Parts: sequence; C-alpha cells; structure tokens
Amino acid sequence: MILAEGLGKTYRSGGKPLPVLQDVDLKVAPRDILAILGPSGSGKTTLLGLLAGLDEPTTGRVELGGTDLQGLTEDDRAGFRARNVGFVFQTFHLLPTLTALENVRVPLELLGTESGSEIRERSADLLDRVGLGDRLHHYPAQLSGGEQQRVALARAFSNRPRILFADEPTGNLDQETGGKVVDLMEALHDEADTTLVMVTHDLGLAERAHRVVRLSSGRVVSDTGAP
Amino acid sequence: MSRFALKLALWEGRNSVRRVGIYMFAISLGVAALVSVHSFREDVSRSIRQESRSLLGADVVLRSNRPLPDSVTSLVDSLVAAGHEASAAITVPTMARAPAGDAVRLVQLRGVEGGWPLYGAVRTEPVGRWGAHLEPGKALVDPAALVQLGVGRGDTLVLGGLEVEIVGSVEDLPTDVGFQTAIGPRVYVSMEDLEAAGVLGFGSLARYTRFLRIPAEADRRRLEDRYESVFEATGVGFRTSEEQAENLTEAVSALGSFLGLIGLGALLLGGIGVGSAIHVFVKERIAEVAVLRCIGARQGGVFLAYLLQAGGLGLLGSVLGAAVGVAAQQSLPTLLGSAVPVDVTPRLSPLAILGGVGVGVWVSVVFALLPLLEVRDVPPLRALRQDFDAAGPDAGRRRLDLPRALALGLLAASVLALSILEAGSWVAGAVFAGGLGALTAILWAIGTGAVFLARRTFPHRAPYVFRQGFSNLFRPQNQTVAVVLSLGFGAFIIGTVLQVQANLARNLAFDTSAGRPNLLLFDIQRDQREGVLELLPEGGADGAFELTPLIPSRLVAVNGVGRAALDSLPEGDGPERWALRREYRNTYRADLTDTEELVKGAWWEQAAPVADGVARISVDADLAEDLAVGVGDRLTWDVGGVAVESEIASLRRIDWSQFRTNFFVVFEPGALEGAPATFVVLTRIDGAEDRARFQRDLVAGFPNVSVLDVTRVQETLEDILGKVARAIRFLAGFAAFAGALVLAGAVASSRHQRQREGALLKTLGARRRQILAVLLTEYAALGTLAAATGLVLSTLAAAGLVRFVFDFSFDPAPGVLLAVWGGITLLTLVTGAVGSRDLLRRPPLPILRGE
Repeated sequence: MILAEGLGKTYRSGGKPLPVLQDVDLKVAPRDILAILGPSGSGKTTLLGLLAGLDEPTTGRVELGGTDLQGLTEDDRAGFRARNVGFVFQTFHLLPTLTALENVRVPLELLGTESGSEIRERSADLLDRVGLGDRLHHYPAQLSGGEQQRVALARAFSNRPRILFADEPTGNLDQETGGKVVDLMEALHDEADTTLVMVTHDLGLAERAHRVVRLSSGRVVSDTGAP
Repeated sequence: MSRFALKLALWEGRNSVRRVGIYMFAISLGVAALVSVHSFREDVSRSIRQESRSLLGADVVLRSNRPLPDSVTSLVDSLVAAGHEASAAITVPTMARAPAGDAVRLVQLRGVEGGWPLYGAVRTEPVGRWGAHLEPGKALVDPAALVQLGVGRGDTLVLGGLEVEIVGSVEDLPTDVGFQTAIGPRVYVSMEDLEAAGVLGFGSLARYTRFLRIPAEADRRRLEDRYESVFEATGVGFRTSEEQAENLTEAVSALGSFLGLIGLGALLLGGIGVGSAIHVFVKERIAEVAVLRCIGARQGGVFLAYLLQAGGLGLLGSVLGAAVGVAAQQSLPTLLGSAVPVDVTPRLSPLAILGGVGVGVWVSVVFALLPLLEVRDVPPLRALRQDFDAAGPDAGRRRLDLPRALALGLLAASVLALSILEAGSWVAGAVFAGGLGALTAILWAIGTGAVFLARRTFPHRAPYVFRQGFSNLFRPQNQTVAVVLSLGFGAFIIGTVLQVQANLARNLAFDTSAGRPNLLLFDIQRDQREGVLELLPEGGADGAFELTPLIPSRLVAVNGVGRAALDSLPEGDGPERWALRREYRNTYRADLTDTEELVKGAWWEQAAPVADGVARISVDADLAEDLAVGVGDRLTWDVGGVAVESEIASLRRIDWSQFRTNFFVVFEPGALEGAPATFVVLTRIDGAEDRARFQRDLVAGFPNVSVLDVTRVQETLEDILGKVARAIRFLAGFAAFAGALVLAGAVASSRHQRQREGALLKTLGARRRQILAVLLTEYAALGTLAAATGLVLSTLAAAGLVRFVFDFSFDPAPGVLLAVWGGITLLTLVTGAVGSRDLLRRPPLPILRGE
C-alpha cells in the first residue's frame, strides 16, 4: 500500500545543510495500522509529510497504492490526496468559518463526484456516526476539543480514503477524550478498510497499532512487526 | 474544482462580509460617486439635447456688436419671404431709474421685435404676461430688477429718455445661461421703445441679434455654407441650436469629467482598501489554506474561491454604492443650481448604474489579485508544522514571477483605462493615472521609509508606553504602509481640492480694498466729459481720475496681408481666428498703468521712430502670440471707416485680475485723438448709500452714461463659483469618507493581533490607561505622518493645477493645510481608539485561550 525507498530530507539552515531524515525504507501493507514514535525533532512529522506527498524528498521516493508520487506535480499530488488520502491533525485544523457539516463536506466537494444531496447525506451520516448528529450546524468555536477532533475524523473519512494519516491525533486531548477518539478512529478504520499511519507520543495509542516504527535523529532505529 | 471553489466561496462569504465588509463600503462610496456623477451628466446632456432649440430661442441666431449690415438684413428678409419666421432683439447695458424709490441700477435693456423666443415657454409673474412687453410703454423685468430697484408691478422705470410701466416679472426664460445677469438684470421692452430711449448712441455696448426658425437641419447647413464668407467678412456671428447644445454639453462634460475623476479617485482608494484587506485576510487564512491543500485542494481552486469572494464582496458593495449614488444624483442639481444651464430632472440611468457596478466589481477583483496570489505560496506542510515557512526552503518565496507580473500589469492597465474613460481624453487620463501612480509610489515609499526609520531611530530612552506604541509601527504585520497610503490619499484629495478652490477664489476676486476703484462709468460721450468729471467725488481712486478713451476698431490687415486672406489659411496656420475677427476697443495714452508690465520693445519715448502716417502701438503679449506678430510688425485698423496703419513698438503683460481699464492694444498719444470715441472712468465710492446717490445724480444729468458696480459683479461670480465648488467638495467628501473607511478597516483587520498583544500586556500588569496610551502613540504617529505627506503632495498638485491649467498665481493656504492636518490626525486617533475598544474592555483570559 505504502512504499518508501531511501527516503531522505535535508533543509538548509544558515547556508548549511541540515539533514532531518535519512535513508528511510518502509513498506506498509493495506489495512495496517502503523505508529511512528520518536522524541521531538526525530523527523516523525517530516516522514509523515513526505509519505503524504505534502513535500518532496531530497532523496528516495514514495509510492502510494502503486502511484509514484515523484512523477506527479504538486497539484496532481493534491488531486491524488483528494481521491485517496484522509488527514487528522493534532490541532484539529477545522476551517473556523465553516460549520461542522460544511467542514465534513469539503473533501467530497473537492472530489466533485457526488451530487449535493448525496454529499450532504453522507456527511450528516458520518457526523452521526461520530456522535455529533445534533451538532451539524455548530461552528468549531462552539465545539469542545474532543468534538472538534471527532468532526475532523468524520472529515478524514468522508472521501472513503485508502490511507489515513494522523499527526498526534490525541496530542491536544485529555486521556479519556483521546481514548474515545482512538476507539472511533479504529472502528472507522475497520469499517472502511483503511491503512492508518499515525505519528504519536502516546504509548497507549502506539500499543493499539499493528506495527511501531521508532525514529531518532532522522533514522529508523526500530521497527516492530515489519512484514 | 470550480464547483468546490464556488461552494467554499459561498460558505466562507458569510464570514468574510463581517471581516472585510468595511472595505466593501469603501468600494460603495467610490461607486456612489461615479454613479451620481455619470447619471447627473446624462441628465444634463439629455436636457440640453431636448431643449437645444429653446436654449437658443431659435434654430439659428445671427449676432453682431454693430447694426447688422445690409447684406445680412436682406438675407434675413429673403428667408422671411420664403416662409421662415424671424424675430430680432437689441440688448444694451444702460441705467434704469425708479422714480418711486429713487433707486438707480445698471440693467440690460432688451428691445424685442416679433415672437422671440421662437421656441420654449416663458414663465412670467403674473402668469401669461409674456408678450405684454411688446406693447408701447410696458416692460417685463427680471425678478432681480424688482429687488435691486425696490419697485413692484405698476411702478414706473426711467431708461434714458424712455418711461415704461412694469407689468410683470420673467421668472423662467429657457435661454438663460448662468451668469448672463452678472452685468445687471434684464428689462424687456418693444423694439420701438428701445429706439425711443436713445441709448444706442455712438460707442454703446449694444448687441444686435436676429433669431430665425429654420427647422430642417439641411436648410441650416446650406445657409451656413453659402453665407459663411459674408458673415465672416461683416463680423456677424452665426450659431445654430446644435452648436449651442454642443458648446453647453462640452462645458458640462468638462465639469462632469473633473467630478468623475474625483469619484474615480474615491473608488481606487477603495481598491487599495480591498487590496490591503485581502492581504491581511490571506495571512490570517494561511493555516486553513494549508489544511485545504493537505486534504487535496489544488492551488487554483483555493485561489479561485478567494477571488470569487473578493468579486462577490465587490458586487455587494457596488450595488449598495449604486443605490447611494442614485440618491446623491437627486441632490446634485440643487447643489449646482444655476451653474448648470438647464433645468435637470433626475432620471434613473441604467448605463450609469450598470457601469458603476461593473467598474466597482472590476476594481475589487483587480486590486484583490495581487495579494490573493500569496495563497499559491502556502505549502501544505504548514498544516503539520506552523513554522514551516520560516524554516523551510520556501522562505522568502515572494518573488515577481509571471502571474504576479501579469496581475500588476492588469492593475496598471485597468487604472489607466478607467482614467482615460473618465477623463474623456487620452492625455488627461494618462496624466491623471500617472499622477495617481506617482502619488501611490511616493506614499508607499514614505510608509516603507517610516517603518525603516522607526526601527533605526527607535527612542530607547522614551517612556515605556511610547516605546511600545512606536514599535507597533514596525512590528510584523504592521499597518503602517496601508494607513499611510489610505490616509495620505485622502489628505491629498482634500488638500488639493481646497487649495485649488482657495486660489481660484483669490484670483477671480477683484481687488476692492481701500484705494482701489469699485465703479466703472462707461458710454461717456466726448462732450459729456467735463460734466461727468464734476460729479465725481474728490480724491477717488488713487487720488486722480483719468478719462480713458475707447475707440471701436476692427483689424483689416496684418503686415499688409488682408484679413480675408489670413482667414482662409488652414486652421493652425497664421493668426488665430478670434483675434482676427473680434471687435477691438482700443485706447491711447502716454503711460503704462500699474497693472501692466513691458516685456518686449520700448515705451513711446525710447521706442524707435516710425514712418509718417504710421502710429506706434503696444500690444498684449498673449494677443501678439495669437496674432503671430511681434515688435516691428504692422497692423492695419478700420477706425470708423478710416484705415489706420500701426507698427508694434512694444509688448505688455497685463494683470487682468485687477479691476482696471485694460486694453489689448494701446496707441501712442495723438495718433487717434480725432477718432470717434467714447470714454470710461474708474472711481471709488465707499458705502452703498453714497454709491446709490451718486448713480442717481449721474443718471439724472447724463441718462446715456452707465455705471458698473463691481461689488455686484463680484457677488454673481462668487455665487456661481461657490455652487461649482460645493459640488466638487461634495464629491471630494466621498473620497475622504472612503479614506476614513479604509483607515477604519486597517485598524479592524489588525484587531486580532492587537487583542492578543493587549491581553498579554494586561496579564503582565498593564492598566487600560497604559494600553490606550500605547495605541494613541501609534495612531498619532501614523496620522501625522500620513496627513503631512498627503498635504505636502497636495500643495504641489494644487500649485501645478492652478499655474498650468487655470493659468493663475498660486499661494499655499496654510490655514486649510493646518485644519486638514489636524482633522485627519484627530480622525486617526478616534478611529484607532474606537476600533480598539474591545481590546480595552475584554478580560484577557478568553483572548489568551483563543475563545
């Protein structure tokens, strides 16, 4: 499902090269749940960004579902994400000017393959599924952190993604709320047969993954349950 | 993708209206100004078109300063014989005396024969009395005559040797244009009565007019083509109703273009507001844009969504502005009043409304383009790493690439095209657009320079609140450049308009200070000189009176080439037509006056002698230029039927703004002393009572002599000028208001950042008073800087306009400058304080928690 070969990223800082990720090889099977662990500055977020095609690697390449991202322009990568990828962020990143329902509709509107009423129905169903059926027309500012992350989950699954990337999905939530969100994420993952890649500090969350990759100083230092 | 863009634009639009709606109003004001001016211009043009015949009172008018020659009267007779209706009028300034109140005033006595005006209805009081003036011994008068002479219906007026009874007043005459009554109100009598009054003596300033009804345009053209040479040779003016309408339309269009350019200035100011709003808007949405890019939105889609929002807001603002503009259209006729030659009925103008809305939307979109292009630079990784932009390789990517260059080019081309359209001329439009470009560049440079200087010259030892306020000038996402641009622009427009107006008023005002003459006596005959001088008060203007002779003359040849030959040269070659054809009133005297300056050649004593039988003359320098002659050239005159040869000995520059007897052509003494002449004299009599008594005595002794009271002329001129100035200020008010809105918007758009800053300061122990002081420091600095810059630039622009467009002298108006500077600084302080009241009122915790 996900294939990374010799992946590396080097930024320039003060005119000097600053490698943040080096020689990462990774293969993730369909429907896997992969957790990426590591201390701050170990390159977790950079790896996630490269896997999702948010940035271009300095070395190596990424293949998602058989598509080589290196062969695509930035806009083509965006189109690919619209069709195949979902995202959950640590700080939720809902669009503050849109209601919960509208936020969930955005990926489907981007795809533009379904009619307005279908999109509306699916979005409302998803919000219902995450327990927010009665908060459809609330703005993000009117929702608690846990509720916002549940809206973000509904948004992430709305386009029936084959891969879901999550960046510290529980990082801004208390343990109980975070647990509920993870339960929900797992349930949706099971229903939709999604491959799940998440970056986390949360060991409890990592334990629920099928496989854990640990990074340190931009290199993979351990990989449990590699195929 | 476009469906997504539209959806996103619609969803987000609700919020955007709240966030950047204030800029929408800035666009509204500009559109309102344009719609009102264009609608009004259309109203006036339509009225002129519809009333072109009644504006002239005929299809064709023939005019001359002397009785029409036989060749022309026989032509008129033949036209009448062919079935064309004709009428005639003679108008002559003369003194009217009202025995009832014993008052005396200069009036324009108009003798009418036949059914003038041939078109248009005349409204009289009492109703339906037009025509009564044709009866012997009866007169109709302008309402002003009733007031000035203190008479009413049934009273008697004495005009020269004529006594008439006032039978009514003329309330509305379609042929009235603006300042026709500046010399004096009109008195209408029959032609027979006019002739009996005996005021048409030699040298009288009578104008002879024939009115013709020739409805078919082809007939008028044929008449003009066939007899043009006759009219020109005899100095008879020929004018058709089309020409009259065209002339009036041109005059109104010039005023309309000027007002339109002010409106366009207001709109472009709104555009700058939109630009800076979108800039802040995009900066605040970087995180959202990154998320949208993460979940698969393409650059183009996000860009389009925001562009649609800008266009939508522009449309809303423009529609609102059009509504305001239609309301303002109703008030322009009242503001301009008699400065406009026709009665104007405001009518909805779809073209003006659609045009205004279209231009408003276009300006919104074009000004939004450049800042909107910033969304392309937002990397999706920003959603994961807030600091990505600064740390990553994309930092500082804001380069001038092709799309930016195109957007910039489109903006410049749009401003240029709109200016040219509005000005109605390529040159004027290009100059206006270039001026705006220069103004924007200078204001931008000053704003940027201020940011730089504030950082470099930071007052480290100043009190804390002052330092904090001062540092706001250069903190990240500061508003310095936006505020300097908007306020500077507003200050510039107001400063320019007010200074031009003050200088025009000063230049057009006659100097009536003590010692200067305020009365002009004219039509004094040769044998009346002694008697009139005896009546004049002791002393008088400059302590002495000099009777100045006035010798009616026509130019017949320049350097031996006859007028007809010069006249037939192609336009642009040889002398100007007006200078060849006009009726001159020349004089002779020994000395230069204090309103003249010799610029070339020498005055009589020093000038080279000339051949016998040739008189030396001194010519106005501008006239010499138009006649294409200089010192040493010869002009031949027809003086009362006698050819007089003259040679130019000197050129003079004349200050026409002084109330003096100034002459284009002055002969050396002795040359024309035997020629038929009338005389004028200037004098000064203080006190309205004394002036009235003097005029009574004069008219009693010399009924043909007329007196022009300069204070009355001044009043009429000031009235007209005042009305035009009011309309200009009205439009400039739109621009100023738009500037204030852009300022308010700039304050509002930085509110979030200020709130966080204020909350932090409060948490750290700052009191409200201190936070207010921080704010006021920043806004006082911004207001002062922007106003001062705008006003300095406005002084340059006003000086240029006054000197080169109006050809007057320029003095800066420090009072005006100081008032505008104070007003704008105060406005900035108030807007800043009001816009930040939330910051002072709200407790810090919710803000810090981001609620």
